[in-house]
Amino acid sequence: MKIATRTGAVLSAAALTFALAACSPSNEEEPESTETGTETSAEETEDAMMEAWRAGFQGLNADVTVNYDPIGSGGGRTQFTDGATSFAGSDALMDEEEYGLAVEACDGDSGAIHLPLYISPVAVIFNLDGIDSLNMDADTIAGVFNGEITSWDDEAIASQNEGVDLPSSAITIVHRADESGTTENFQDYLVKASSNWPADETSGDWQGAAGESGPGTSALVQIVQDNVGAIGYADASRAGELGTVALKVGEEYVPFSAEAAAAVVDASPLSTGANGENDLAFELDRTTTAAGAYPLVLVSYTIVCQQYDDETERALVTEFVKYVASADGQNQAASAAGSSPISSDLSARVTEILDGIAAG
Amino acid sequence: MTTTQDTSSEESDVQEYSTHPGAFANHLFGGLSAGAATLILVTLAAVATFLFIEAWPAMSASTAELADKVHWLGDESGETLIATIGFLVYGTILISAIALLIATPLSVGIALFISHYAPRKLAQGLGYLIDLLAAIPSVVYGLWGAIVVIPVLQPFYEVLERYLGWIPLFAAGDDGTVSGTGRVAMSAGIVLAIMIIPIITAVTREVFLQTPTLHEEAALAMGATRWEMVKMAVFPFGRSGMIGATMLGLGRALGETMAVYMILSPGLTFSPYILQSAQHNTIASYIALQFPEANSDGVSALITMGLALFVITLLVNMAARWVVSRRSEFSGAN
Repeated sequence: MKIATRTGAVLSAAALTFALAACSPSNEEEPESTETGTETSAEETEDAMMEAWRAGFQGLNADVTVNYDPIGSGGGRTQFTDGATSFAGSDALMDEEEYGLAVEACDGDSGAIHLPLYISPVAVIFNLDGIDSLNMDADTIAGVFNGEITSWDDEAIASQNEGVDLPSSAITIVHRADESGTTENFQDYLVKASSNWPADETSGDWQGAAGESGPGTSALVQIVQDNVGAIGYADASRAGELGTVALKVGEEYVPFSAEAAAAVVDASPLSTGANGENDLAFELDRTTTAAGAYPLVLVSYTIVCQQYDDETERALVTEFVKYVASADGQNQAASAAGSSPISSDLSARVTEILDGIAAG
Repeated sequence: MTTTQDTSSEESDVQEYSTHPGAFANHLFGGLSAGAATLILVTLAAVATFLFIEAWPAMSASTAELADKVHWLGDESGETLIATIGFLVYGTILISAIALLIATPLSVGIALFISHYAPRKLAQGLGYLIDLLAAIPSVVYGLWGAIVVIPVLQPFYEVLERYLGWIPLFAAGDDGTVSGTGRVAMSAGIVLAIMIIPIITAVTREVFLQTPTLHEEAALAMGATRWEMVKMAVFPFGRSGMIGATMLGLGRALGETMAVYMILSPGLTFSPYILQSAQHNTIASYIALQFPEANSDGVSALITMGLALFVITLLVNMAARWVVSRRSEFSGAN
């Protein structure tokens, strides 16, 4: 997407700038008034979704320029809490300290809130000839990834997959070599839903058995594709032809799907540290037994102030985020990045909250 | 010649040329080339200063303090900054050594073939091809290595383990096999070797071509075979050049990032097992891996590792210089 502003800036009323970690640098000087937000997650698929939202939003608002300036992750939320940007995107929630800093950065005393606008199921992918799907409970997945279960025909796997002809070959574990949100959510699921995961705390760094690893989703998927007997985890949109694992939820095995991923978000309670009822910071319920929910999901939030000191700033931020929350914006992301659209209830709630944002 | 004489002769030169139409251009060019030479020194100093200043917060922090701020540095897990740098320096040197062991004999062979064995036409074509290899970006080597080379190499590793597994280098892991994917130090070393062959070959070829024809003809006239001639005339003359070329190759191997990043399943250990995954990593690849998500303390820790690499590279180059200068006195060059 080309943003022409430098010379023909007469028509541009305003510019909305945001930054997303990783990938695709395109810096353009902004004309007169500028809004800046920072998107801080580093998942490749979110780049695709941001591109889609940017394109979509500019298609509807020809006189607004949306910029895209990739900066490092951690820096993103810091920039927002420093007051340097108008909104931020992050796949981790703000901690207590950041909540406090945000109160100072935003106008008024109401601080900042999280709006979940990107939901993506994480698939456990494997490469076995002729097997497209396997059933596993959380303990089995943890057993495989912590190195206790070493062959595909292990009793733990076989007992859940009657009638499937499992090979006796060794399991090759593949994980991410870099720190990643996918790893963090995958391990969060194992920490909370399984009883045999070695770590007690979630981390974006790998905590399971040392196995094969690759930097980034593409490399991980490539390794699984190239090696029969390999198992890994990746954003569901990248699963391609590989076999995927259906997770045991309650008494059922649920394969990943957009609806199942959205369902677990709807079934999750808000975080206890949330900043009032408008702060939609979910404490994802990894142990949910809700029918048809797929608890292994990655949720990315947009963090906005509850009050802005400038009307133009408020209008630009809410317009953009409203577009992202709309059915149109969500479908754009789904087709571009394979994410799950948020439910219409959630979308309506987000729009309502955005309408309530004040300019002081 | 004394200094006084030196200055006076320079002055007279200036006077002589001051009315000359080219005088200004002469001065300008002299200034520009001196400036260019200074700039490289300034850049080097700036890089060293930058590394040191940026690394200082991590170097001066206590291990516990740093482990608190940088989650991939664990105090209790034994992965303190110093320990991590230790693992990485070991991995860097191990993988570079594998690359060098493979690349040096091959490169010398290729260079010798081009300079002394091949017919002129073939030598020219081969020379171009080798130079072309050097122009391939390392990320392409990395992709090619990860997707094409590794699956081909993996079965050989199994054979290597079966027959030479009693040597610790080629030993199998706890599960009794070598890495099933081939994403190991050996693969990284082999691909790095291919990457540094063009550099070593290009330099050694030029050195071999410089061998005085008189020496060669004298050797042949004494009834030496071609191999004896190479042994007696070419190698002694080119020894320092060969060492210099190898060190240049080592320099590239030490700092190579993308290829290792894409080929190796990283790990942090001091193990000698080059056919097992999750055992080694290099400094450059580790920095590339951790940088995108690192906070400011993390970046500082990574820059400390960069500083370590800078020092190693500097030492390697100084050692190379020293060897070359020591050898040059005994070579056929004089």
